[in-house]
Amino acid sequence: MENLEAQFGLNQPLWVQYIIYLKNTVTGNFGISYQTRTPVGDMVFPALMNTLILLLPATAISIAVGIGIGMIAAWRRGTKEEVAMSGTTLVLYCMPTFWLGLLLLVMGVLYLGLPVGGMFTISFGPENAFARFSDLLQHMALPLATLVLGLVGQYVLVMKGSLLDVLTEDYMVTARAKGIRRRKLMWDHGFRNAVLPMVTLMALNIGLSFGGAIQTETIFSWPGIGLLTYRAILSRDYPALQGAFLVIAVAVILANLIADLLYPFLDPRVVA
Amino acid sequence: MAESKNSRIFTHLESLRKFWKAYKRSRTGLIGAGILAAFIAMALLAPYLAPYSPSRIFLTEELQPPSWKHLFGTNESGQDLFSQVIYGSQASLIVGFAASLIASSIGTVLGITAGYFSRIVRNLILRVTDFFIVIPSLVLMIVLASVLGPTLSSVILAIGLVGWTGTARVVMAQTLSVKELPFIEASKSAGAGNSYVLRNHILPNVMPVVFAQTVLVIANAILYEAVLTFLGLGNPSQITWGQILEFAFNSGAITTAWWYVLPPGLSIMLVVLGFSLTGYSLDEIFNPRVRKI
Repeated sequence: MENLEAQFGLNQPLWVQYIIYLKNTVTGNFGISYQTRTPVGDMVFPALMNTLILLLPATAISIAVGIGIGMIAAWRRGTKEEVAMSGTTLVLYCMPTFWLGLLLLVMGVLYLGLPVGGMFTISFGPENAFARFSDLLQHMALPLATLVLGLVGQYVLVMKGSLLDVLTEDYMVTARAKGIRRRKLMWDHGFRNAVLPMVTLMALNIGLSFGGAIQTETIFSWPGIGLLTYRAILSRDYPALQGAFLVIAVAVILANLIADLLYPFLDPRVVA
Repeated sequence: MAESKNSRIFTHLESLRKFWKAYKRSRTGLIGAGILAAFIAMALLAPYLAPYSPSRIFLTEELQPPSWKHLFGTNESGQDLFSQVIYGSQASLIVGFAASLIASSIGTVLGITAGYFSRIVRNLILRVTDFFIVIPSLVLMIVLASVLGPTLSSVILAIGLVGWTGTARVVMAQTLSVKELPFIEASKSAGAGNSYVLRNHILPNVMPVVFAQTVLVIANAILYEAVLTFLGLGNPSQITWGQILEFAFNSGAITTAWWYVLPPGLSIMLVVLGFSLTGYSLDEIFNPRVRKI
């Protein structure tokens, strides 16, 4: 026991432990996992890559779908279709992501014969790149669907609200009075201005999507940073939990920084 | 004296009546309030509504599909799921109310401080708020809850200590606009100090916004409770909807026992929907900047 404590540095006073932790972290040493006894750094970065393989397509799809549905909903405000779309969006928004994942897991496995979890079934050699890729896609389908359905609601609501705001602007009335076609009006005047708040939302949502990833990866045993977090919680593996937290935090902050730097290019009114 | 008290009660009643008149016009708000009333009644009357004790084990009746004896079937240890779902409403509502009370208090204090005092104070508070907005809430809650240990109160604390940013921002915006109103200046020039102005002018004008925001925070808190308990951060002997789903997932019963998975999840969804609809409607009435979405 004493040996163990010494090995993990737990026999030192708290503040000494903290300083050692800071020093190690800055120099790229994230400590040793209690559970697997491997360096946390070696676990965390491959896991982050696996998460991004899932998260980036999910984000892209949900933004595209969210913008599309949001635009239709704003344009057809008050019609039956709009009520149906907004209702579905709200219901999706109120569902816990992990429960949505459970439902999709059950349906996918029972009716579509999709794999239960993980990323790959069997390891194909490099000559079998195509088989490997299609295997990955099959494993990805359900977690991807879960994440997209979990994320899309916010985008729809914000896009719809933002477009409704834009539609009532004076320049829209002017454009309409000039006799510009509806379609052109929608895209050139409406879409371009309404899509700006989406960039801010995207940046803010990166954190949220990591929350969704933790739940989704837990359900589908996707070997990413979320599953690593879940296993670390279950085995009270604090070094691994710290490592996961740090990596997620840094990834989110970097993404926000990029969004902030991109914003002036999209909206010339904002000065960097 | 007695007369002024009576007239004050009368004005309160009058404003309540006006509020109800405005609220009544929102159909979604009424639906939300109806859902909430049903679930609050369910939590309060749980001992009378539940046919069995939620922990009672029916031997040889493990994983039974729904029947007249067990309306929602039984789980893998032979407990009645209908009773568990009914009792689960208590924990969800307690966590929702308690966590949002913590979050709203923090958010209101920080928001008013940031809005009322100097620019330096505001920027300081805004930077702290930015930190909490950027760092993924769920991840922060997981770290807090796992350090605090697997109890219901640590789940409440974790959600409350993280979930105040929205309230802080809204309250700050409201304070900034209220403090420029002429009656505040009049009050100050009549000799009112900061604490008088804050208590008698700012706070009453901010409270409606806080109220609407709190209802929305409850919706989020209930969602987060379910997620945290599902991830194994709750107290396993405390029955909550998230806990039922955790047992369903980890016992491997999900692919066979749909009755195990559907009711708790639908309950979470409905309660969150109820609080969200109510919150949006309140926001529309109290927050002049909100437009209909």
